[in-house]
Amino acid sequence: MESVIEVKNLDLAYGDLVVMRGIDFSVKKGEVFIVMGGSGCGKSTLLKAMIGLNPPQKGKVLYDGVSFWDADEQDRQNIMRRFGVLYQGGALWSSLTLNENVALPLQLYSRLSGTQIQDVALLKLGLVGLGGYADFYPVELSGGMRKRAGLARAIALDPDIIFFDEPSAGLDPLSAKMLDDLILELRDNLGATIVVVTHELASIFAVGDNAILLDADTKTVIAQGPPKKLLADSKDPRVIRFLTRGEKQGAGQ
Amino acid sequence: MSLEKLAFDFSKPGVLQLKLSGDWQLSVGLPAVDTVLAQLDPHPDITEISFSVSRDFKWDSAFISFLLKLSSIAKQKNIRITMQAFPPQIEKLLKFNPSAQAEKITPRKAGEEPFLDSVGSKVIQAKDAALSVLDFLGDIVSALARLIRGKAFFRKDDFFAIVQRCGADALGLVSLISILVGVILAFIGAIQLKMFGAQIYIADIVGIAMVRVMGAVMTAVLMSGRTGASFAAELGIMQANEEIDALRTLGVSPTEFLVMPRVLALVIMLPLLTLYADLMGIAGGFVISTGILGINPVEYFSHTMSAVKLSNLWIGLIHGFVFGIIIAIAGCYRGMRCERSSAGVGEATTSAVVTAITAIVIATAVITFVCQVIGV
Repeated sequence: MESVIEVKNLDLAYGDLVVMRGIDFSVKKGEVFIVMGGSGCGKSTLLKAMIGLNPPQKGKVLYDGVSFWDADEQDRQNIMRRFGVLYQGGALWSSLTLNENVALPLQLYSRLSGTQIQDVALLKLGLVGLGGYADFYPVELSGGMRKRAGLARAIALDPDIIFFDEPSAGLDPLSAKMLDDLILELRDNLGATIVVVTHELASIFAVGDNAILLDADTKTVIAQGPPKKLLADSKDPRVIRFLTRGEKQGAGQ
Repeated sequence: MSLEKLAFDFSKPGVLQLKLSGDWQLSVGLPAVDTVLAQLDPHPDITEISFSVSRDFKWDSAFISFLLKLSSIAKQKNIRITMQAFPPQIEKLLKFNPSAQAEKITPRKAGEEPFLDSVGSKVIQAKDAALSVLDFLGDIVSALARLIRGKAFFRKDDFFAIVQRCGADALGLVSLISILVGVILAFIGAIQLKMFGAQIYIADIVGIAMVRVMGAVMTAVLMSGRTGASFAAELGIMQANEEIDALRTLGVSPTEFLVMPRVLALVIMLPLLTLYADLMGIAGGFVISTGILGINPVEYFSHTMSAVKLSNLWIGLIHGFVFGIIIAIAGCYRGMRCERSSAGVGEATTSAVVTAITAIVIATAVITFVCQVIGV
């Protein structure tokens, strides 16, 4: 299968503080790709470099062969329009109702009429199970519902690529499971490619087709492959500790 | 455009076949459901709608929402819809019908309130607001009492940081504005006094006006925009972040810990800033009068000395003291009662400034009136 996203030899840094060095991986069309690692290892920084919020220090991010950070402003906009991003807290605009939140990207970038936009926005809320909450404001919802609403906004424009930043953080196990199921449903129904940044083991094993593990000490990628295969085959004690919550120490220890 | 994508076929009796082709995606746009309904009206015999799709047919969620709408209208008209022509994915997506979910949730908002009801609820709101202001003032007074007995708890470092922020850091802005006010007063005075050949009285006008009221009012307006708004925003965001709840659960009174140092700092600093503004204003008037209007500097100085009495200074400082209380309390009150959202913080900041400036003008009027009555 063809690669939708390719990250080549990427260095991430804040000023002089180097966060990650030489990241290399590719994401295939229609797969759920997981970026895992402990807190503070640079997962979110990597995500920011991929979705165009923070330029990397060095290296390339390619979307279907087009280098994002080398492209001109117009091409970059076009690439970004293919993304949907679910931010950690949902990042809903608090002065808009859920329906208005989902409708805003449609008003900006679709060619639909006003009533069609309303219908599509309502459909997206229906897809995440919030069909009845269209006129609610974000403050009136629970954390899990806010995340699902954020997801409805992320898929407003039927993106080919959806990024999730810590989707299950702060959710109870059932809500987290519900969100994981939604991720798989979106992949199957919309045919989207999905990148998930997370350190929740339950989600990693439930949804991940492929994964990389970042390590804060060496500032590099220390493992790459399907999560279940990594757990079964990896010899690296750091990988085993991460994937078993430190319950197994791994070979040689 | 829509005609090319959507064609109608009535060849089978009782069946409307929709022939779909081309791009039915939200980035391109698609025909309205009404175009299909317009075809149904002249054909009341139709009992079934079916579809055929061409090879270049492309769809996304916009098409799903089109289908959902069409099928809900068809249901009302007792028209059957057959969807064999579509890939299985479409049928899966149709299951997420949002209107089916909507029925489960009871509507939150009632219709419009009758006029009398809305008047009544406004009155009740006003009463609640007045009570909550009194409650807040009471909190401050009891915190002050605890402070005097040495029992109040707040960090001295916080207090001095706030003093620095609402005192020394504001000097530049206060200098600029009060020098300009002095300059403006001198120019306006000069126009009138020239007619009598009494230009030297500019010194009296600038001196008395600045010291008695203008210095205090201009400083207060500046500080309500600068410091009052920042108090409201700071406390508002702390409220939104549950930081204030965290203090309460520690057994620390937020009024003592957060409000007291702010009120104290501003009540001390505003009279001092007023004094400074008075001097700057007089300096501004002095430069213009001696430099441009040709008044002798020594004469200007001695005129100012004799015109501005100590009572004027006291009145100015009392203004500053009262304004300090008003600005600090308006800012802290709005911040502490802030709603937990970004819009709430914005609203709190705005209303802190508006409340403070309104109260400043009212207080000035009251003080001026009282001074008139007691003849100071």
